[in-house]
Amino acid sequence: MRSNKDRPQGGAVPIALKMTGITKRFGALVASDQVSLELGEGEILSLFGENGAGKTTLMNILFGHYTADAGNIEVFSKPLVGGNTKAALDAGIGMVHQHFALGENLTVLENICLGNEPLWSLRFGGVRLADKARQIAQRCGFEVDLDRPVHTLSIGEKQRVEIVKALYRDAKILVLDEPTAVLTPQEAEGLFEVLRHLSTEGLAVIFISHKLKEIMAVSDRICVLRHGRVVLEVTRAEADPDEIAKAMVGQELKPAVRTRLEPGSTLLSLEAVAKKVDQGALGLQEASFTLREREILGITGVSGNGQQELGDILNGITKPDSGHIDWSALNTAGGDGDQLRRDGVARIPADRHAEGVISGMTVWENVISHSLGKFSKNGLLSFDSAQEHSQQLCTSYDVRYDSLHAEVQQLSGGNIQKLILARELSDQPRVIIAVQPTRGLDVGAVDAVHRRLLEMREKGAGVLLITEDLDELFALSDQIAVIYKGKLSPFYSAERLTLKNIGRMMSGFEIATPA
Amino acid sequence: MLAGGLAAAFALSSVLIVWADAGVWEAYGLIFKGALASRFGITETLARSTPLIMTGLAAAIAFRAKLWNIGGEGQFYMGTLMATWLGTGFLTLPSYLLVPTLILAGALAGGLALLLPTLLKARYKVDEVVTTLLLNFVIILFVSFLLEGPLKDPVSLGWPQASPIVDNGVLPLLIAKTRLHSGFVVALCLAVGLWVLVSRTKLGYEIRAVGHSPQAAGFAGINTRATLIKTALLSGGVAGIAGVCEVTGLKGYLTLDISPGFGYTGIAVAMLGLLHPLGVVVSAIFISTIFVGTDSMSRTLNIPTYLADVIVALAILFVLVSVLLTRYRIVTR
Repeated sequence: MRSNKDRPQGGAVPIALKMTGITKRFGALVASDQVSLELGEGEILSLFGENGAGKTTLMNILFGHYTADAGNIEVFSKPLVGGNTKAALDAGIGMVHQHFALGENLTVLENICLGNEPLWSLRFGGVRLADKARQIAQRCGFEVDLDRPVHTLSIGEKQRVEIVKALYRDAKILVLDEPTAVLTPQEAEGLFEVLRHLSTEGLAVIFISHKLKEIMAVSDRICVLRHGRVVLEVTRAEADPDEIAKAMVGQELKPAVRTRLEPGSTLLSLEAVAKKVDQGALGLQEASFTLREREILGITGVSGNGQQELGDILNGITKPDSGHIDWSALNTAGGDGDQLRRDGVARIPADRHAEGVISGMTVWENVISHSLGKFSKNGLLSFDSAQEHSQQLCTSYDVRYDSLHAEVQQLSGGNIQKLILARELSDQPRVIIAVQPTRGLDVGAVDAVHRRLLEMREKGAGVLLITEDLDELFALSDQIAVIYKGKLSPFYSAERLTLKNIGRMMSGFEIATPA
Repeated sequence: MLAGGLAAAFALSSVLIVWADAGVWEAYGLIFKGALASRFGITETLARSTPLIMTGLAAAIAFRAKLWNIGGEGQFYMGTLMATWLGTGFLTLPSYLLVPTLILAGALAGGLALLLPTLLKARYKVDEVVTTLLLNFVIILFVSFLLEGPLKDPVSLGWPQASPIVDNGVLPLLIAKTRLHSGFVVALCLAVGLWVLVSRTKLGYEIRAVGHSPQAAGFAGINTRATLIKTALLSGGVAGIAGVCEVTGLKGYLTLDISPGFGYTGIAVAMLGLLHPLGVVVSAIFISTIFVGTDSMSRTLNIPTYLADVIVALAILFVLVSVLLTRYRIVTR
């Protein structure tokens, strides 16, 4: 590990990548404004910034998905033709996307060779290919049977396959787009080890993230983007986390404070609620817990371990196969969304585009979608009061839109989420089911969502938070449980848990009850 | 954009006119003159647009909920059957009662014809494109059987046709000595009614929500199955009314060739009208203009009347493409 490596700019180390004056406009929006950066061989550079800061645009230009309006790219002192993915690949740029591009039913070896070797060689050149792949996998500290089908691998292993695949293609510059989003803390640490090791072998790495801790852990140099511009560039040794966060957001962010509150009476209790395994989903084993007033219960787990099923059951999307949900404190029997809402249950669904809003309908129509009854008389919708109501809610929840009559999918993810919060939280709900409420949102929007949830808790609501973001889990939860392969652990007081405990539980280890 | 799409359709169709050795301007002039420049032309155009407006509305309302009702033809025939069964002497009522009764009965029959495929879709996810399409043939063969048997007019000299509708059941003509009957007014009322329904009512909101995203609509507490069933009754009902009006207003008795594919053309009308109830009226009148005009033009210039089908088909393609282009931009790279 080379923790104290401060490279002099443009010093003795050969330059792997040089981007100068990269500018890209989309209509009036300048997604990338005169961005210049350099990357030395064996260096790990972090690109840090909010969503929409221009990180992905910049990398898409590098990779040839977009053509820059102005600017030059040089790879190992040779100019790179813009807008040509194949040229980028041939120049030695490899990219690992957040969502993997692997053939699930193919073996590890087949995936590695796919697109890198002629098709027939898989059959006839087996030994040679396998040797090369195995060698590279070893360099990555990746021990895997190359003949295993990819769908049997864990998420972390799949990501490793993507890296091996890029290196197989002789990538000299590796771009990783938010690689830790899907990993447990331990898996992420493992990834950092591999990146550090590969960088000592001369690989140049660009690491995209919006998690400050990670970039502090892995980078040699940090480059902060905001509104398409480089606003800060520091070596890791000089980096001050507060300064970096401030540069990213453009202002000082004080984290939302969770005050200590005494939980009140029971709002909702689950007794042995279970859902059978169905088509690859792990289902939900008998889950039992109680949610009380003025508390936030946090549930986490690696994606796909049953938290989706639990959220769907509580949100009334699916019915459990067995067990009982006691809503009696709310005087409701549960049931469909309309009923739940009227009885004081607010629901923030995991997939805000597919479930949270009706794409194709307007902003105001989506604000009232859960309370049609309230805004209709004799079957006729009262447009005036509905639109006025929508406008008021959007203003008080800071939803930014061009027009109330614009189709809702034109809003950014953060604004869609704020719209959902406005709709769900405006009626003083007593129970809030929040599934992944801030996934994919930038820091400012995350902060707004957190403040709202904490505010509702102070007003006496009980919140069930299902999230894969551990920072969020600790920032909000009073009690935490982990779900692994459909089995929900007991709830532990958040103060007694550490990130390490959680990480172990997420990988299926029982932990000794924290003292 | 819409005008551009239509212009492109006419431009491309003129290739066929030139191919048929006729003058393009002359041909188009004759089409519009034939359809719109005389009292006969206008009334004929509107009369022929009447069933198209209604089958177009039927398709449009169903498509709004993404209920792919291809069964307009069968539902149309269900309406004609009802009108024939009740209107040829079974009921003796004064005109102001009998006409509404026939219309409601036809609507019910049409709605029920779409209900079965919709229940299969809502309950068992059976593809309604297949079931509604195939049900057309079932219904038409059933009508054929009835016309050869139980419903056959004893004085029809062997032709497979039903007895005429009783006088009290006949829709009055709007203009004497033309074929334009008050079914046209019924069609316009339905269009306005459906427009209000789709855009201003809770049910209309639910229909659109289910069409855009059943998942999100369900999450919002909208009962998607119930909405689909209501949509089916509306859509099939309107197609059934089209059948009633055609029998009681235009033809006077049921024959097996009463519809030259009104149910299918209704789908084209709905697409060209961009699924908007008032757009459907415009597009139905446009399409019947082309049909009526091409009939008279072909008599003069000896161009096959199939040209009308080509123009309509191209118009739909170009209009849909131009709508698409208002949302996207072509990028060259």
